[in-house]
Parts: sequence; structure tokens; C-alpha cells
Amino acid sequence: MARIIGGLTTSHVPSIGKAIAQKQQQDPYWKPFFDAFHPVHDWLAREKPDVAVVIYNDHGLNNFLDKMPTFAIGAAHEYHNADEGWGIPVQKPFKGDAKLSWHIIENLVADEFDITMCQEVLVDHAFTLPMALMYPGGQDWPVRTVPVMMNSVQHPLPNPRRCYKLGQAIGKAIESYPEDIKVVLLGTGGLSHQLDGERAGFINKPFDLWCMDKMLNDPEALARLSNHEIVEKAGSQGVELMTWIAMRGAMQGRVTQISSTYHVPISNTGGAVMLLENHPVPRAIAAE
Amino acid sequence: MTFGAPIPGTPVFDGSAAAKGYALNKMCFSFNSKENRDAFLADEDAYCARYGLSPEHVAAIKSRNVLKLIAAGGNVYYLAKFAGIFGLSVQDIGAQQTGRTLEDFKAYLASQGA
Repeated sequence: MARIIGGLTTSHVPSIGKAIAQKQQQDPYWKPFFDAFHPVHDWLAREKPDVAVVIYNDHGLNNFLDKMPTFAIGAAHEYHNADEGWGIPVQKPFKGDAKLSWHIIENLVADEFDITMCQEVLVDHAFTLPMALMYPGGQDWPVRTVPVMMNSVQHPLPNPRRCYKLGQAIGKAIESYPEDIKVVLLGTGGLSHQLDGERAGFINKPFDLWCMDKMLNDPEALARLSNHEIVEKAGSQGVELMTWIAMRGAMQGRVTQISSTYHVPISNTGGAVMLLENHPVPRAIAAE
Repeated sequence: MTFGAPIPGTPVFDGSAAAKGYALNKMCFSFNSKENRDAFLADEDAYCARYGLSPEHVAAIKSRNVLKLIAAGGNVYYLAKFAGIFGLSVQDIGAQQTGRTLEDFKAYLASQGA
């Protein structure tokens, strides 16, 4: 059976792409953020996941306001990145796992999540940069991928409780997949930042640290937030926290922390990276 | 149900903003392509006309002022592609919206890490 071995959450600001291209990983500005990935690299080398399910928000590369899906899942054999208009290098294509994608889609819809199904997805920086951070060095991507997009652009946004439940349904779907594969989850975005309006530049370190604590110890507390509360406390683009909440919802087992790093600022954002491990709970215990 | 009480200095891109800014955002979405960015630079008025921008949209585009673009219904994710044409980063647009110099804006960002 498929197993969810862990989950990585990370900020995905476009300037990470420029920093990688310009080899600025050791610059004082970037070093604390890039260093956060050393334990991630060690863990990936040890655990060798087969598939990455990447929960992220598109920023207007694939989706436009003409048809804005609240939740959408890719079911293709390959995904391409493309020019997003601000000059970050285009990443090479990513392998899909269409069979797993359809399995997740079928289970989600059976579970009353009427998601949008996509046979073509242009994956944007929120997908590509976390992958490049996980697997630096430009080798072939060692994992197949399943993109899961969440609407963070157009209000009304899905509420945090719904995102958490979506994650739970994704987790249940993956763990019912009959193939013997190891799956790593990604939740990309955040943490606090605001790009627009007179409050642009707002970052809320205490709230971000609170979220990171709840990610490990009490994800229900994140599911209880409202989007209004998140915008107020984490800024308009802080709503990307939804991807973290969904990712955490998908981790059904006993969850432990491998690493956690927080550094302000990267670009306009509270830069946060967490790696959580998911340990299976024996069925007899889980049923009690 | 509406989003809730206004949060000072914080636009909410809801249905009414999305309807108001549709043509503007559609044009900015087109700036994913270099060919379209070049076409805009070659003839800005013709390019705006092709997307059916309203007079308020056109005035906001000409002003290069992010707060005016948002007031005209622009969404910051698409507007960032417009800013990208001029090589402006999210720090540049943050500085502009908050009336700070770029250096002051960067210092403000860093100060919140303390």
C-alpha cells in the first residue's frame, strides 16, 4: 500500500528562483533560508520518496479569473513550467503519476469534494521552487508528482476548515492506493506577507511562530481560523497558509518534527520551512 | 455573506473587484508571454484597446501607480506581471504603495524579524 512518509512546508517567493540562478545560497541575506534545507536533503536521501503530492496556489500562470477552480488536481504524465513574466528561469518538466492522480480524484469526488480535473497544468513557481529547493543541483527530478491547486486569488476563498478536510480526504485516498510507494506531501506558500495596499510589507512573526507550533501539535487550531482572521493576522497573501493546513490534514498518523526554521525577511515574506514525519498508527489503536 | 469588517490598508479581491477589473487583469495575465510584453511596450494604447480596458483602467495603467491599479479592480498577482515589464520587484511596489523609499521599505521588512 502507499504510505505518506512525511510532509514539507515552505515559502515559495519568486525571488528564491533568482537567488538559485545567481547562486546566492551563501549570501548573508539568503543563507538562513537555504540552510533550512540541509536536514530536508538528508531526510530525502534517506527516505527516497517515489511521489511528491504538491499542494500549492497558482498565481496566474495556469488559472485565470475566467474559470477559477477552488480546488484542482493535475492528472497528467508530465507538467511544464513557463515564463511567469518576472524573469525567473523556467524549470525543466516534471514527471506526473497520472494513475495516482486519478485514484485521488476518484476518491475525493466519492468523498464529496467536487474538484476540477486537469490533464494539462502549467505549474508555477509555487510548485517548481519548492521542488528545486528539495532537489538542488539540476539532476533529473527523482520523484513523480501530483499537483493540487487551491484558489488563493479570488475571494471567496475556501475556508481553513474545508482545506483541512480536503487534506484529510487526500491523505485517506493516498493511503488506500494499492501500490507500494512512498509519498511525500508538500504545502507551499506563506507565511505572513502582504503585497498590496497601504499595509504592504506587513509581516507577523508571532503569528507565524504560533502557526508553526500548531502545525506540529494542534492542527485543529489552524482549521478553526477564519480567512478574515488570517488576512488580518498574516496579511492578504498570508492566506497561502491554506496549503499548509491541507497538507497537515493529509498526515493521518503520528506526526513528529524533523526540522523547523523561521527567518524574516525573504523578499516580503516570513520565510518558514518545516519538515514533519508521518508514522503509521496501527489499525487496532487507530480504531479505539 | 461578505468577507467581514474592513482591514485597514488591505484590499480584498472579491467578486465585485474581480468584475470591475476583469479586462485589466486579463491584459496583465497576458504578460506571461514575452511576445505580449513586447507588444505592450511597442504600442501601449493599442494594446490596452485590444483588451477593452475602461478609461479608469487606462488611466491607472498610465499612472504606473499600484494603488490606483488596485482601485481600478487590479489583482496584485496579475499586476506583478505588469510591474515585471519594468523590472520592478514586489519590494519596489511595496515601497511605492506605502510611500517609502526602497531602502526604507526593505528596512521595514527586516525590522519585523526582530
